[in-house]
Amino acid sequence: MSTLFPLQIHEAVTRRHGKTLVGPVSMTLDGRGVCVIIGPNGSGKTSFLRLLHGTARLHSGSILWSCSTEEARRRQSFVFQHPVMLRRSVLENLLYPMLIRGFRGKAAQAQAEAWAERTGLQDTLQRPASVLSGGEQQKLAIARALVTKPDVVFLDEPCASLDGRATREIETILTEIKAQGTGLVLSTHDMGQARRLAETAVFLLRGRVHETGNAAAFFNRPKTKAAQAFLNGDIVE
Amino acid sequence: MVELWDGLAQAFWLVVTADSELVEIALRSLQVTLTALLVACLIAMPLAALLAVSRFRLRRVVIATLNALMGLPPVVVGLIVYVILSRSGPLGVLALLFTPTAMIIAQVIIVVPLIASIAHQSLRDLWQEYHDLLISMNVTQTQKMQTLLWDARRALLTATLAGFGRAIGEVGAIMIVGGNIDNATRVLTTAIALETGKGEFALALALGFVLIALTLLVNLCIHWLGKTEREGRW
Ligand SMILES: Nc1ncnc2c1ncn2[C@@H]1O[C@H](COP(=O)(O)OP(=O)(O)O)[C@@H](O)[C@H]1O
Ligand SMILES: [Mg+2]
Repeated sequence: MSTLFPLQIHEAVTRRHGKTLVGPVSMTLDGRGVCVIIGPNGSGKTSFLRLLHGTARLHSGSILWSCSTEEARRRQSFVFQHPVMLRRSVLENLLYPMLIRGFRGKAAQAQAEAWAERTGLQDTLQRPASVLSGGEQQKLAIARALVTKPDVVFLDEPCASLDGRATREIETILTEIKAQGTGLVLSTHDMGQARRLAETAVFLLRGRVHETGNAAAFFNRPKTKAAQAFLNGDIVE
Repeated sequence: MVELWDGLAQAFWLVVTADSELVEIALRSLQVTLTALLVACLIAMPLAALLAVSRFRLRRVVIATLNALMGLPPVVVGLIVYVILSRSGPLGVLALLFTPTAMIIAQVIIVVPLIASIAHQSLRDLWQEYHDLLISMNVTQTQKMQTLLWDARRALLTATLAGFGRAIGEVGAIMIVGGNIDNATRVLTTAIALETGKGEFALALALGFVLIALTLLVNLCIHWLGKTEREGRW
C-alpha cells in the first residue's frame, strides 16, 4: 500500500459564491480498493472529488494525506466526466503527462504504447484524439491518467454517457489497476457499477456524507432512510 | 482604365526582366516586414498566452488597451517613433532614424497589438477547454503557456498572417521614420506613394501589383506550410 493513505478529512468545506457545495465532511479513507461516491444529481459528488483532489478550494477544515500535499498531488490523477482531449494525437495525449514531468524519449514512448495496448487504443495512436468515439476518448483519458503510475485516481462518473460495452471495458481496466494496488475513488449514478466495483461506499446528500461504510453492508442493509430510498430508486433530495 | 493596363504590362515587364531596382525594393519590403513580424510574434504570442492563463490585477486593463491599440493610427506611431529616435530625442544617440531598423521598430509597434489581440482570443478559448485538465495535472505556468501556444498554432498562424498583411501594406509610419531614401529605406509602399505623387501612375500601379502578388505569395506559402503539417500529422 502506498504512503499516501490514510487520507484524513476533517470538517472539510468547499464553497462557491457564498453557497456551501460540500461539507462539513469528516471521514478517513484507507485507499484500499475502490471507494464509490454515490448520491443524487447535485448532491456534490463532483465537488467532493475535486475537493479531495485539491482543485476545489478548501474553505475550512483540513484534508491531510499521509505525505506532503505537493507529493500527494504529484501521485494522483483525475478523470473528468466529460473527457478533456488535448488537440493532439492519441499518442501525444498519452505522452503529455510524462512530458510535463520531464520524462521523454524511448522509455516514455514505450510506456504510452503499453497503455494504449491495455486500453485497446493501439490502432488509433496517430489519430487526433478529437475524432475518437466517446468511449474511446474516456478510455484515453483513463490511460492518460494512469500513464504516470499514480497511487490514487479520481474518476467522476467515468461511464456516464457510455454504452454497455464501453462501460464493461472500462470496468475491466479499473478492476485490473485496482488489483495492482492503485487506489480508486469514483463517483457514479449507476448502482450496478457501484455494486460491482466498490469496497467502500460513500452516500452523499446535499453536500454531506449521509452514510458511509463497507460497500457490501451498505448495499444490502443501508442504515438510513434516505439511503434505503435512494437504493430503491426513489427520488431523494 | 488605360493606366491599369499600362500598369499591368509594366509590372509584367519589370518582373520578367527582374528589374534590379524593383527586386531591391521588393526584397527590402520583405526583409523589413518579415523581421518586424518575427519580433512582433516573439512579443505578442507569449503576452497573449500570459493573458490567457494568468489572473493578475491589471489583466483586464492590458487586454482592453491591446484591443484599443489595434486601431492605432500608424502615422501617429511613426511620429512618436520619429521623435524618440530623432537626434534630440531620448534614443537619438543610436542614430537609427532613416534606417530600416527604425521602420522595423514602427511596424512592430503597429502589429503587436493586432497579433496579441487575435492570438489572445483563440488562446483564451482553448484555455477554457484545457483549464480543468491542466490544473489537475499540476502544470506550471510556463508549461500552460507552451501547451496553449503549441495546440493553438493554426489559429496563431492566422493571427500572424493578419499581422503580415497590416505590416507589408503600411506606408504612413515607415515613410516618416524611414524617409523613403533611395537605396536605403525605400520599400514598395513608399515607392508607390512617391511615384503616384510624381504622376507616374503606370509605374505606381506596377509596384502595386507586385506588392499584391508578394502578399498573396507569402500567404500561400504560410498556408501551405500549415496544411502539409496537418496532412502529415492527422
Ligand atoms: N462552480 C459552481 N458554482 C456554483 N455552484 C456550483 C458550482 N459547481 C457546482 N455547483 C453546485 O453545487 C452543487 C453540487 O454540484 P456537483 O458537485 O456537480 O454535484 P453532482 O456531481 O453530485 O451532480 C449543485 O447544486 C451545483 O449546482
Ligand atoms: Mg457531477
